[in-house]
Amino acid sequence: MNWFVKNLWLIPAIPLLAAGLIALVKQRERTFAVAVSIGGMAISFLFSMVVFLQTVWPDGLFRETYSFDWVQMGEATLRLGWVLDPLSACMVLMVTFVGGLIFIYSAGYMAADKNFTRFFCFLSLFAAAMLGLVISNSLLLLFVCWELVGVSSYLLIGFWYEKPSAAAAAKKAFITTRIGDIGFFIGLLWLYRETGTLLCYDGGNGCLEATALSKLVSIGTIGGMALSTAIGLLIFCGAMGKSGQFPLHVWLPDAMEGPTPVSALIHAATMVAAGVFLIARVYPLVAATPAVLHAGSDSPAAMVASAHHADAGSHEGSAEATVARTAVHGDESHGPGKVSPALRVVTWVGALTALFAALIAVGQNDIKRILAYSTVSQLGYMFMGIGVGGIGVGMFHLITHAFFKALLFLGAGSVIHGCHHEQDIRRMGGIGKFMPVTFAAYAVGMMALSGVPLLFSGFWSKDEILNAAWMWPVSKGPFLLGVLGAFLTAFYMTRQMCYVFFGAYRGGEAHADDVGHSADAEHSHGNGSPSESPAVMTWPLLILAFFAVVLGAFGTPVWPSFEGYLEGHGASFQFGKLFQPGTLGLMGFSTLVVFAGIAVSWWFYGLEPPTDPDATDAVEQRLPRAFVLLRDKFYVDELYAASVIRFNAATAWFFDLLDRQFLDGVVRGVSFVVTGFGWLTRLADEFVINLGFDQGCRGIRWSGARTSRVQGGRVQVYLRVLGVALVVIVLLFTWGGLG
Amino acid sequence: MLAWTVYLSFASALVLMLLPKGRVDLARGVGLGGALAGAVVAFAGSMMKQPGIQEICRIPWIPSLGINFHFAADGISVTLVMLTGIAAVVGVLFSWNIGERVKEFFAFYMVLIGGVYGVFLSFDLFLLFVFYEIAIIPKYFLIAIWGSTNREYGAMKLALYSFVGSAMVLVGLIAAYVVSGGTTTNLIELAQFGFSKEFQYWVFPLVFVGFAILAGLWPFHTWAPTGHVAAPTAVSMLLAGVVMKLGAYGALRVAITLFPLGAQAWQTEIGFLACVGIVYGALVALVQRDFKFVIGYSSVSHMGFVLLGLATLNEIGLSGAVLQMFSHGVIAGLLFAVVGRMVYDRTHTRELAVLHRFNLSRSLPFVALTFVVASAASMGLPGFSGFVAELQVFIGAWRAFPVFAIFSGVGLLVGVAYTLRALQKAFFADPELETETRGPVLDPISMPEKCGAMILMAATLIIGLYPRLLLDLIVPSFSSPLFDGLRNGAGL
Repeated sequence: MNWFVKNLWLIPAIPLLAAGLIALVKQRERTFAVAVSIGGMAISFLFSMVVFLQTVWPDGLFRETYSFDWVQMGEATLRLGWVLDPLSACMVLMVTFVGGLIFIYSAGYMAADKNFTRFFCFLSLFAAAMLGLVISNSLLLLFVCWELVGVSSYLLIGFWYEKPSAAAAAKKAFITTRIGDIGFFIGLLWLYRETGTLLCYDGGNGCLEATALSKLVSIGTIGGMALSTAIGLLIFCGAMGKSGQFPLHVWLPDAMEGPTPVSALIHAATMVAAGVFLIARVYPLVAATPAVLHAGSDSPAAMVASAHHADAGSHEGSAEATVARTAVHGDESHGPGKVSPALRVVTWVGALTALFAALIAVGQNDIKRILAYSTVSQLGYMFMGIGVGGIGVGMFHLITHAFFKALLFLGAGSVIHGCHHEQDIRRMGGIGKFMPVTFAAYAVGMMALSGVPLLFSGFWSKDEILNAAWMWPVSKGPFLLGVLGAFLTAFYMTRQMCYVFFGAYRGGEAHADDVGHSADAEHSHGNGSPSESPAVMTWPLLILAFFAVVLGAFGTPVWPSFEGYLEGHGASFQFGKLFQPGTLGLMGFSTLVVFAGIAVSWWFYGLEPPTDPDATDAVEQRLPRAFVLLRDKFYVDELYAASVIRFNAATAWFFDLLDRQFLDGVVRGVSFVVTGFGWLTRLADEFVINLGFDQGCRGIRWSGARTSRVQGGRVQVYLRVLGVALVVIVLLFTWGGLG
Repeated sequence: MLAWTVYLSFASALVLMLLPKGRVDLARGVGLGGALAGAVVAFAGSMMKQPGIQEICRIPWIPSLGINFHFAADGISVTLVMLTGIAAVVGVLFSWNIGERVKEFFAFYMVLIGGVYGVFLSFDLFLLFVFYEIAIIPKYFLIAIWGSTNREYGAMKLALYSFVGSAMVLVGLIAAYVVSGGTTTNLIELAQFGFSKEFQYWVFPLVFVGFAILAGLWPFHTWAPTGHVAAPTAVSMLLAGVVMKLGAYGALRVAITLFPLGAQAWQTEIGFLACVGIVYGALVALVQRDFKFVIGYSSVSHMGFVLLGLATLNEIGLSGAVLQMFSHGVIAGLLFAVVGRMVYDRTHTRELAVLHRFNLSRSLPFVALTFVVASAASMGLPGFSGFVAELQVFIGAWRAFPVFAIFSGVGLLVGVAYTLRALQKAFFADPELETETRGPVLDPISMPEKCGAMILMAATLIIGLYPRLLLDLIVPSFSSPLFDGLRNGAGL
């Protein structure tokens, strides 16, 4: 076996070790903490690079696994293991690279924090858990890391736990994602029950391989749903929680209470994408339908997934994969029946969330919250991409998004840092002049997110999704939602840019005494004007900006190398694809949509930049009611507070009452009766004693007084006497019976 | 060898009673020595245990009735004996600050420990019952004399419940003894006797519920929270950590092995009650204002998983239940240690709302850390023993009754909610409040406390990461002749 596959565990183990080392040292060992955690991340990155190259190499390995027994219970075993395939290789590379940059950035951003060392300990812990998650071959190990990722996210959101809002946000995040996790967990139990394994790939015996899948597809459950669909949907619950999909999206915007590098790393680039990754990992299961399984000798996904062993010839591989791709993309010959119900749900949830969150983002004024809703929306796009176009499409957007969203968050962090911890975009403005590097990098990120054509990676990945959605045989609905979302994305990002970087600076003194004297503007410039962040923060921005541009080259329709890579066949350079019907037209259309969004937004906010931080928003002037609805996030939080949370509290209160009053009342009642009985016997004793046994009574009284001193003991003694008597009687009877 | 755990415990109790008055340090030393010696024997004996059921000693006791003084051990006994060893040592460490009637305290304490060891090692019904009763008596005095809030009430309630439970068990056992011909009380022989189905059908619930009362079976659980709250710290730790396991152990060792057909007949009902207990305990814990009540109800919820595992009657579920007994013993011990000893003895309050003011995460960072670890373990996070145990219970439950497994999943969720609530309320205060009323200076954490907490944290982590240490002991136990009945009855 390949040495690197066998030792793949080193990738998460090194950051874990770093976390352990940092936990052992004192808070003041700052340099040590930074060095160890960044060093650990760097080693992991180099290792990831090597394994990644192995998967890229022509005729290189496609999928190798390593598994071992963890728990054995009779014939049932639980096995853990890891897998090296393109999916895990590209994820480890992305996580270590983006993560490493964010670590470096944090060294500057958190420099003034008193718990600096603890911060790096948590960051390393998170990285370890996340890397473990992406390499695991066992859904159980994946779940374990999934939970650990959740814990480190909890720790990092609540890092400034002195802020009540941060503590509340941490709790909310943990519990909300846990709701999804319960579904995930139940899905795993069911899967284990039916297939006897939780290993994804195990030389034909894994739960994502053909044998298990055809079994799962053939079993029906409630309402004629195939078992694979039911399990797929349960697992999707977990993904929805982690990736903040509607209706479990409420925690993600609140999670912005954490330090900004955390938002960049965990709540934009990596952890929240874990849900998308999970669906990509179990795609064969989610996509399995009898029709698909029987059409080819295998399901399209399983084909993509398992047909290409390391020894498979590249030619054969690409032929099969082509079949798979056409099956996934749904040619005319393959009707909508091929699309599994689970995949439809994934698509619709993704598409709806994409639009829903984009709408909310329009009404927000906190720089990080806008980005948070934007993340929710983009995650929706990823799910939609997986649903309509397979893992290649969804994962490509995941990777490009990781870069440009990390860039945007770090840029926002730089702005916040420069503006003395101001996060309200209405109190910024004109920052482009003060922070040119940040401005340039942020602009790249904004254009990548909006999908400005040709140069920026976001354009290509979003275009892939829209393209696949257009071809989706089931419905055109997701396509329309996606297009609307794209328009809104361009709109709210331009709005944010205008507020933050253009116009005149609206912060400073005016904010400090909260009155809004515009006359003091010059004074505030002299005193509290924003300043550019140090190099340790701007360099990561520039590197991320570079990648936000170039990554697009790997996913153009002309040269879809990333998709080819994930699906295990090389991509060929086909210029002709560009001129296939639809492709170019769709690209033109999406370009138009994006520019429309930017133009409308520029018209609203750019032409005459707002000068007063308390001025009414341009959208609010035109559509006041709608804007309030968006600003208040469609009242989802309020709805939950009024329904689920209140119901839960009421049940808990009721049970508490039941316990204290009713059940306890019964106990008290019984004990009252028993005590009463005890009193009766004692009275009878005294009565009998008074009749004549004067001599003996003294002794018994004395002992009675003794026992009554220990209040309550009396009952026990009486009962015990009864018990012993019972024993004696029964023993005597049986003895007699035997004799 | 393992029998020495029992003898050593009783011997140290005897020594303690003979000690002169006022020798506080000596009494503590003897207590710790006795507990440590017991623990060392427990661990050494477990390491050297032979596969299968290992005979330890068998001396005729009341030959005319077929009663023997019969100690033996299988993997299940050994697991729980080790748990008792750990709990005993840690309990002494956390009662280091007991000031009044020290030697009596430790004497009662060691009698309790000895009784518990005895129950786990007895393979004779009569002997088992005797030890079971021995364990009940010192419990009452420990709470009534050294307890705190509402102690007489708590002690009384616990004693009453225990007594009702034992009475039920006794009736059932005597019935079984008579029906089997009245020649033996040997557990293995009785398990292979093969009671008629009708007989098992009415005896099983009697014996099972009788034992399970002590394991906090809903709706007979109300002794647990009040008892835990009333008890001094070490006794709460033992109550939740070990004594509740006596009930669960009895239910498995006696009720399920002797009456497997009855168990099958009542499986769903028990599963249902267990499931209700899980969710109910968690929900009630969510609204408690007293820190110790939160932990008390969490015990009810966690013991629900043990009972759910028992109700599955399959190998995975049963071994999960035994592992959960160990895991909960350690975790509950840790939680009670934090609440009762580390926090309450310093702040003299357990009101979550008041604890806010002490800003404990700053003033007692070690305690905060311990409680964070304990909460993580209690929430069943991977890496801690609770996860492995609950996972197995869930897998087993999914085979037996998927609906209950889903329902219990809700318990997991609420478990997170109440744990985080308690954690944040008690330890992570908001600074405004804290600066106004800076709490009094609290004593630093003493060495015995640190050692005790470390031992428990290490135990839950080691088993969480490498569960085979215990599972390799537990799982083979289910292939012994004791479980023949269950196996033949198409269970397991």
